[in-house]
Order: sequence, then C-alpha cells, then structure tokens
Amino acid sequence: MDFMQKSVAPSVETPLLSVQGLTKRYGARIGCADIGFDLFPGEVLGIVGESGSGKSTLLSCLAGHLAPDEGQVIFDTASGPRDTVTMPEAERRRMARTDWAYVHQNPRDGLRMGVSAGGNVGERLMAIGARHYGEIRETAVDWLGRVEIAADRIDDRPRAFSGGMQQRLQIARNLVTGPRLVFMDEPTGGLDVSVQARLLDLLRGLVREMGLSAIIVTHDLAVVRLLADRLMVMKGGYVVEQGLTDQVLDDPQHAYTQLLVSSVLQV
Amino acid sequence: MIEIRNLSKSFTLHNQGSAVIPVMQDAALHVAAGECVGLIGASGAGKSTLMRMVWGNYLAASGVIRVGGLDVASAEPRQIIRLRRDTLGYVSQFLRVVPRVPTREVVAEPLLNLGVPPDQARDRAASLLARLNIPERLWSLSPTTFSGGEQQRVNIARGFAHGYPALLLDEPTASLDATNREVVLALIEEAKARGAAILGIFHDEAARARVCDRVVDVRDFTPKAAA
Amino acid sequence: MTDQSYNFAYLDEQTKRMIRRAILKGVAVPGYQVPFASREMPMPYGWGTGGVQVTAACLTPDDTLKVIDQGADDTTNAVSIRKFFQRTAGVAVTEATTEATIIQTRHRIPETALTAGQILVYQVPIPEPLRFLEPRETETRKMHELEEYGLMHVKLYEDIARHGTIATAYDYPVRVEGRYVMDPSPIPKFDNPKLSDSPALQLFGAGREQRIYALPPFTHVVSLDFDDHPFVASKAPHDCDLCGAGESYLDEVITDDQGGRMFVCSDTDFCRSRVAAGHSGRLGAGGK
Repeated sequence: MDFMQKSVAPSVETPLLSVQGLTKRYGARIGCADIGFDLFPGEVLGIVGESGSGKSTLLSCLAGHLAPDEGQVIFDTASGPRDTVTMPEAERRRMARTDWAYVHQNPRDGLRMGVSAGGNVGERLMAIGARHYGEIRETAVDWLGRVEIAADRIDDRPRAFSGGMQQRLQIARNLVTGPRLVFMDEPTGGLDVSVQARLLDLLRGLVREMGLSAIIVTHDLAVVRLLADRLMVMKGGYVVEQGLTDQVLDDPQHAYTQLLVSSVLQV
Repeated sequence: MIEIRNLSKSFTLHNQGSAVIPVMQDAALHVAAGECVGLIGASGAGKSTLMRMVWGNYLAASGVIRVGGLDVASAEPRQIIRLRRDTLGYVSQFLRVVPRVPTREVVAEPLLNLGVPPDQARDRAASLLARLNIPERLWSLSPTTFSGGEQQRVNIARGFAHGYPALLLDEPTASLDATNREVVLALIEEAKARGAAILGIFHDEAARARVCDRVVDVRDFTPKAAA
Repeated sequence: MTDQSYNFAYLDEQTKRMIRRAILKGVAVPGYQVPFASREMPMPYGWGTGGVQVTAACLTPDDTLKVIDQGADDTTNAVSIRKFFQRTAGVAVTEATTEATIIQTRHRIPETALTAGQILVYQVPIPEPLRFLEPRETETRKMHELEEYGLMHVKLYEDIARHGTIATAYDYPVRVEGRYVMDPSPIPKFDNPKLSDSPALQLFGAGREQRIYALPPFTHVVSLDFDDHPFVASKAPHDCDLCGAGESYLDEVITDDQGGRMFVCSDTDFCRSRVAAGHSGRLGAGGK
C-alpha cells in the first residue's frame, strides 16, 4: 500500500538533480571545484558570478557538454536516480533531447538558421519518432503561439526574425518535448531591456505552467531576482555563497557577494 | 502562529574593514492566530529588519523564528519558498514585478502559483483591485508606471489575494487616502476574523490602535552597548 | 588490348586488398560508411573515382563490365571509364544489363531487374546524408553511431513546408535494415524501390570523400517519409516516345526551339532491347 501511494504521488523530497563534488580542471587551472547542490522539481536556480568564475563551465558539466574530472550529477530519470556523468552517451544524449533543454545565450547556437521556424520546433519531435507531418506542424503552431510568434511566420527562417523572436523560438524548440529541466546560459544577454522583460515574463509563465526546473547562468542580478528561487554565487571556480535569492541579494554574507551586489547600478 | 525566541542579528561589512554591526539581540515575540501585533520603535530601531528576518529575507545570526511549524532561521531555501507560497504573506512598501506584466496578473500570481485555476485567480484579483479603487482601465497595464499610491494598493491586493494564515504588513496604509485606508483596514480586520496571524508596522497611530491587539517595542531588542 | 605497363585493373594488389577489406566491412554492416584510403586516379574527382576503385577491386579477368552514366552507355563518362578498364584490365565489356557481371553506374539503377551474382557499383559524390543540415563530420558520425536520425525528417519537413510535397527527387535518403540512414547516391527516387531486396550486390564508392558502403543481396531498404506524406517513386507522366514503355524512368529531350520535346527511356539498353523486340512509342520507328 505504501509503495502504491508513493508511486502515485512521488515524494517532493526527491531532488530532480543532485550534484556532488563536481570538479573540472583545465590542466592546472580550475574550471569549477567541488560543486554540490540539490535541485528540486519546480525550482529555479540562478548561478551568478563574473566572467571566468566558472559558471559556464559548471553549466556545461551539468548539461553533459563537458565531462567533469570528478563528481556526480544525479538526475531523477523515469527509472530512478542515475548518474549522468557515467551513463552511456547514447542515453545521455537521448535525455538531452527529451527530459532536458538547453537555451543558449546566442540563439544562433541553439537554432538551425537554415531551417524554418516550424522545422526548428519540430526537430525534437521528429527526433523522438514523430512521423506525421500534419501533427508535427500543428504542435509547432501551438508552440509558436505560446512564445508569442504569429502562426504565419512558421515557414520563415530564423534569419528573418529579430533577436528577441529568435530567443523565443529557441525556447519553443527546446520546450516542445516537455522537458523537466532547462539549462539557460545568459538567456537574456544580448537583448535590449524591453525585449528582456517580455522574455522574462514568458519564462516565468512557462516555468509555472509546466512545473519546470531550471538552472540559469547569468551575470545579471536583476534577472535572477525575478526568475530564480535560489542563488549560487561563484568566484574562481568555487561556490562562495548560496541561498534564497532575495536573501543572498539583500543580506549577502560573503565579501565577494557584498561587492557584487553593491556594484550594481540602482535604477 | 508566529513565534520568535532568542533572535539576534548583525551585519558584517567585509568591504568596509570587516566592520561588524550588531543590530538585534534576544528578540522574542509571538503572534497567535487571529491576532495582530504591531511593531513600534523609532526609525532604524530594527522594525523592518525583524520583519525581513521573519520573511526569510535577512539571515538570523542565532535564535528561532517559528512560522506555522517551520523554523525560518534554520530552514532550507525550498522550505521558505513553500512557506511563502502557502502560509506566509508579505506586503512590503515596494512593488517589485517583471516589467510589462499586467496589473491583474501581478495580483493573481500568488494564486496561480498555488495552482488556482487562472479564471478563478483573475476573478479574485479583479474583485480586490475594484475594492481598492484601481480603475478597471489600468488592470491590463503594468503597475510599474503607476503612482506611488496606486502601486501600494496593487501591492496590498497581491498580498491579500490568497488567504495566508500569517501576514507581514509593512506600513500598509502609508500614502493612502481616507477611502482606501478604510478598505485596507477592513481587509486586515477580515484577515484577523478568518484567523490570520498578523505582524505589522504602522506609523499611522489611529490605524494601529484600531487593528493591533498588542504592540511590541523593538527597542527592547537593541544590542546592549557592551555587546 | 591490355596495356602491360599497368597491373591488372590499374590499382596495385595491396591497394585492391585494402579496398576489398573496406568492401567486406561495408557488406558486413549494411549502410555503414567505411573509410578507405582513396587513391589518386587518372581522372578528376567527380568523374567516378570512388566507383572506379571499387570496380577495380572487384574485377576478375572473367568479368563482363557494363558502365552507364544516367542510364546511358554512350555518354562521355561511361565511355571513358569503360575504355579505361578495357585498357588496364582487358575485360569483356557489354551494354546489355543481362550480360554484365559488374555494372558501374552514375545516377541510375538499370530498368532490367538485376540477378544473383551481379555487382552494381555506384559512383557517389557525397556519401553523408546528414551533411545538408549538420556540417560537422564528428557530429554526423556520432549521430549514425547513436541512431539519431530526427534531422533527416527535418529535411523532408522543410520540403513539404516549402513545396507542399516532398520535393526531393534524387539523392532520396533511405534507412537500411532499420539501422543506418544512407545516401543512395543521386539516383532518382524512382529507382529507390529497386535498392531494396535486390538479388545483386550493391556497392557504393565515394573517391573524394574516401568512403565505401554496401547493400548485400536481399537487404531491406526503406525510403524515409511521413505517415501523411508517404514516399512516392515518381516519374514523368508519359510513355517512352521511342519504345512505348510506361514503367521506365524518362529523360525529357528538347527537340527544337518551338517547344517541341520528347520523352525517352534514360536506360538506353532497356529502350533498345524493347525496340528490337518490336515495341514502339509515339515517335518510334514503328509508329511513323
């Protein structure tokens, strides 16, 4: 009976992602060192730090783009928690196409620029076996709508889109398979302020509606304040402080975080 | 509902010669369900600091802050997030929202986060906004462009959208006209009547006298000179 | 006839062994692109250097060779390759599909059904079907390894989105025995069904790209498509104007500058055999 109840309502206490002792070196230099945290379903974790602090290295290791030297990245897969560092590459890549999503800072890195918007959104569906053109197209139209791109742009290539639209298209392309974890690398970087606001609003809505968990790397403290539940501050490859986002920003404990927060221009 | 014991707090300014500034020592209070407790004390005495610690926004140095069974002072971030979603509401003096989001959505958001159906959440938001005399033509606009008084009322509507069992109110009647002040005081009384525990800062003495069952002077928690 | 200053079939024996090893590996793993050390041949890339090397590695003195280019035995490419092997290997040559033991082809599969014991050697310009959308070779090899073939359907999706139908008419991608996605070389998609379950051995050689792949006899080959846009092996909706064949792949020939044109079998041997057997089309000898 107990077992039945558990399988119906999975315990909220099982982390979606559990990272332990994650270290990546570039020769003698440290990329990131001894990183550990748990991410729970529905949580948004922000990672902030200046250039070279190791936040992008960490994100690449978490998303399986880089092989860490040490440590574990345990993801709660459909068949139970699994270490994604040691799982076969085929499985990891399948997971990256279904359970995970990765939103690049530059939409050009995350989109196929020579393929229409519909084809970009449909790719992940076709990758997991969708073979009905009409249904793929219908789903693509639906997703374009959800990221506020007009349905009549479905056959246009991303080249014809503005930067903000490209970024929204990249998000649609990533979320179409209903992933549970989204990695975002400076998702609002390179966009002007009003476009950023629109994107932030969109992301917040999607996170809430889909119950997504997300890890967002950024140097923009305003972005994490609005998007992230929790914050990790990195410096020199190490996490120097972590906690509730508004607590870390309003009552920073570490010298570096205090410097970081006090360096932001108030508007 | 809210219980504080042995609470102390200091700030360490690492970038200013690691100066340690003690701001609170041995704070203690409790707020029962259906009760409203007002914090008093001069500006800078630590009223807001105490409120922020209960909210989990400031980290306690030591002590216990129990809100609905959770010790905020030692809780995990996700426990505090859940507490803020389900149990503890906070009406601050400042409205912080994503630009571009319509006022009605801003107010409905706490309900949407709880999984209330969107239509129902928006209806509740609309009725609160109407009650607080925000003209309906403004509901579809972002509150970032509103006047200070309007923003304050949007903030209050958001804070009262969900019937939190515990509420923190930071100057809820400041910068409001008599009509709206009356609406806010009625909201507070209704919250008390349904059993909410309320901790508040009211500079408006008449308001304080009307809604507060007790007051706590935070000067009692000021660190002794020797410390 | 044979030029004695060359080894049999031009390539030295060690090179032929190397190529045969690649062919055997290709036969063992149908549809998989086997890298091989492609040699410089006395003809430019794009003239069938891959096919020529595969043919050279397969030829024995008893073989009868047929070479076709777009179905025709008498075009420049076909004639020069045929002459090349006559001179360097001294093998018998033929234009009749049924008489040949090895057929080297550019861009067609003969209309006459192939039989057991025959080898069909394709000249391949670009062996990688995924390259159109993924230019990184490291990545495409990984995709083959892990069977990540969603991208092929993106290409077909784009076709339908732009043209309302799968407009890819040649080089039409196929899946081999449910495993590797393969580029069948630029044959018209009309020929795709002939790839599957053929009694003949089919070998593919890409000289510039240094790849060999193979379909052993009776390998099952499926053309990729969508459920609601199934694969169609299309051809021009005409009969051959010379032999009257209704089921063969046709070339359109412009006959004057008044808009006059005719459709003729692209497979010259097939057409000639039919005419010899008394068949006739709209402009054929019997029809006049």
